[in-house]
Amino acid sequence: MKLRWRKFVSATMLTLTGVCAVISVSLLFFILGYLVYHGGRSLSWDFFTKLPAPVGETGGGMANAIVGSGKLLLLASLIGVPIGFLGGIYLAEFGGTSMAFAVRYTADLLNGVPSIVIGIFAYTVAVLPFKHFSTVAGSLALGVMMIPITMRSTEEFLRAVPRTLREGALALGASKTRTIASVVVPAAYRGIMTAVLLALARVAGETAPLLFTSFNNAFWSPGWGQPAASLPVMIFTYAIAPYDDWHRQAWAAGLVLLGLVLLINVISRLALARGISAPRA
Amino acid sequence: MAAATTPVLNASPATGLHSFVRRLRSGDEIAHLVTLCVASAVIVITSLIVYELWLNSSLTRHKFGWHFLFTRVWDPIAEQFGALPFIYGTIVTATVALLIAVPLGIGAAIFLAELAPPTLSDGLTFVIDLLAAVPSVIYGLLGIFILVPLLRQYVEPFLMGALGFLPLFRGPAYGVGFLAAGVILAVMVIPFIISVSREVLLSVPRDQREAALALGATRWETTWKVVVPFARTGILGSIFLALARALGETMAVTMVIGNTPHVSASLLASGYTIAAVIANEFSEATSNMHLNALMELALVLFLLTFTLNGLARIMIVLTSQRGSGTGDA
Amino acid sequence: MMHAATKPTLTRPTPPAGNGPVPMTDLPKRMSVSNLNFYYGTKQALFNINLGVAVNRITALIGPSGCGKSTLLRTMNRMYETVKNARIEGDITLDGTSIFEQDVTQLRRRVGMVFQRPNPFPKSIFENVAYGLRINGSKTSVADAVEKSLRRAALWDEVKDQLHKSAYELSGGQQQRLCIARALAVDPEVLLLDEPCSALDPISTAKIEELLFQLKENWTIMMVTHNMQQAARVSDFTAFLLMGQLLEFSPTAQLFTMPADSRTEAYITGRFG
Repeated sequence: MKLRWRKFVSATMLTLTGVCAVISVSLLFFILGYLVYHGGRSLSWDFFTKLPAPVGETGGGMANAIVGSGKLLLLASLIGVPIGFLGGIYLAEFGGTSMAFAVRYTADLLNGVPSIVIGIFAYTVAVLPFKHFSTVAGSLALGVMMIPITMRSTEEFLRAVPRTLREGALALGASKTRTIASVVVPAAYRGIMTAVLLALARVAGETAPLLFTSFNNAFWSPGWGQPAASLPVMIFTYAIAPYDDWHRQAWAAGLVLLGLVLLINVISRLALARGISAPRA
Repeated sequence: MAAATTPVLNASPATGLHSFVRRLRSGDEIAHLVTLCVASAVIVITSLIVYELWLNSSLTRHKFGWHFLFTRVWDPIAEQFGALPFIYGTIVTATVALLIAVPLGIGAAIFLAELAPPTLSDGLTFVIDLLAAVPSVIYGLLGIFILVPLLRQYVEPFLMGALGFLPLFRGPAYGVGFLAAGVILAVMVIPFIISVSREVLLSVPRDQREAALALGATRWETTWKVVVPFARTGILGSIFLALARALGETMAVTMVIGNTPHVSASLLASGYTIAAVIANEFSEATSNMHLNALMELALVLFLLTFTLNGLARIMIVLTSQRGSGTGDA
Repeated sequence: MMHAATKPTLTRPTPPAGNGPVPMTDLPKRMSVSNLNFYYGTKQALFNINLGVAVNRITALIGPSGCGKSTLLRTMNRMYETVKNARIEGDITLDGTSIFEQDVTQLRRRVGMVFQRPNPFPKSIFENVAYGLRINGSKTSVADAVEKSLRRAALWDEVKDQLHKSAYELSGGQQQRLCIARALAVDPEVLLLDEPCSALDPISTAKIEELLFQLKENWTIMMVTHNMQQAARVSDFTAFLLMGQLLEFSPTAQLFTMPADSRTEAYITGRFG
């Protein structure tokens, strides 16, 4: 009798866990569904080509925000990727010392810092001294966020290169640097590229650090020293405003942003899952 | 054969300035130095962050001292600043989020680790990892236009009717407020709980399960009473990680919490969090004192997330060590 | 595994003329190991090793697992230096000069190594062989040197039409010969082989053993093997190590028919190891 009860409990609880899994998984589809429904209706050629209309008027688009986001991300990668990449090489190839431990620990710490705090940091360093918002400041914030992700991923992929490959190069008389540059890094190259793409996708959606660095702009932002519009900030600004037309555009922008982010994620993760590493003999 | 001299040579890189300079001429030491300098950028940046936060909050730190953390009043015009409403809001929303996300997340993790066949488990985990990639502002968008009306029209009136005797569910139902923020945060942190918990559950050695089953335990009893407890430190670590994420979340919370610096017992009331108030007021802060107060709030947030993340990592490491220590024959 | 009380038979193809067995003391030595002691941290792995590696001969290192034969091999081109706590006392010379007084990258060009598992780079067959040439700044045409190397490794005919394919498309045995070609490309004086056939099938093993016979005309070879029959078939001199000590070092024929040490006899007759 007791056994029947225990079995019943077991079956019920396990079914419940299945329900939890179903709920969790379906969340993504709900999100996608709503965005496609609301956003899809509002997407138009204008969205991609026109500047925002003045307040209160309908119409217009987010061309400047799309370009702005592109510029921000470009400069952010130029800041974040080299530092992360070289730092990752240090951790993987010259690690083992207490300095390496400190670097690794701090990188993980930096990774966990809320993005708004990073935004404040960029503000104090790149906005305050110059007394105006700029693309550079926004890129600095995003770039700093990319550093720890890139660094740890690079380290991981470099470590995954088999030791015997390094020894093969060393045994031929290659110096350690040569070995790293001509054998180890090329072997880990694709994995690192994928990780960089994932880091980009992550910072592409960040809004908080841009709020007081690149701020916003109703027009084009020439060069790198002016405030700039970006997709995430536009979504935020339009969503909390009282205009229906702006809400409509916020949905469209949300669909574009999410579509891009998810696309990069899906492609990168699939590529990683297939095993982007030196094939075994 | 056999040379007469037997020099004692230390094989590992010798210390001493002479050999350092000699090795410096080879590419290796240069590469070491260069990558070291670049890597230390993270240390420089992080120290700079703490430094800037500390420096720029000196006005309010000196004026209010520790009282800053316990004062309710937040009045930029009168230059009275107290962090309590924001700390309260941050904690309440995070708690609500965890209360929803932890059971759901651990349940799903158990399913994925113990029950689902490997391909299904991997596929579903793939989808859940994508959930973690959705930007915060998108969650906010869905929050404003889907969740808040839902709460306002259906859920909150229901809660008020059924559980209104509790101070938790009193007051007018605006839709925005602690509950809305908590629900959104729950959705945002579920993927973290699931993916970390799933991994620690998978790393529990096989023989633990087999021992329980061999004693006649049901699947559930094995899972709940043997596997999960074995992995509990790691699962706790995942919760800490999720908590740290929830505390720092800005955009989605700002868009649905109502942005009112009040302490209120009711979950249906509007509130504010540290991250949200910084996001809203920073760019328009007029006085230095106001800016300092916001900086001090950022410092509090930084310290909170720092501690939590540190604890979380220790816990996750502890579990994986335990797993490998006892598992192998 | 060998049956107890059977000695390995010495079936070797007729050695090329001029390389017949010669008493060891008469032969010039390419490398010399003197009073070598090796430590991993505080743990000593090699005890007072003394031996000479004869020019253009194959010297085999045999012994049970963990006896230190691979450790010894790796000291010859200072590969152990990649391990953190490794430490050495004593000396090793190459053509009379201590290897510790030379630049290590130059040393490794002169003393090449082939590893237990084939480890070609994730590059084309051509680029694998050319790698050593490129980093050492070769003066002759790379393409010619690559062809010469592949011919020496008896691989040219099999790969000459697919030089630009990935090295990973070759079979295990071919990959190992590719690694030999890669090592030969930089024109070393000594070739170190660490159980080169242990990851290969019998047919590939036979091909490589045949290759070694040809190679020893021009190169000094030192080889670790756990396969006693292989040592008996292929090598001119054999060193038997046990627990970090060199117990016996003699011409192969002598070691396998009349071992001087009783422990050597016990090992080669299969009583342990």
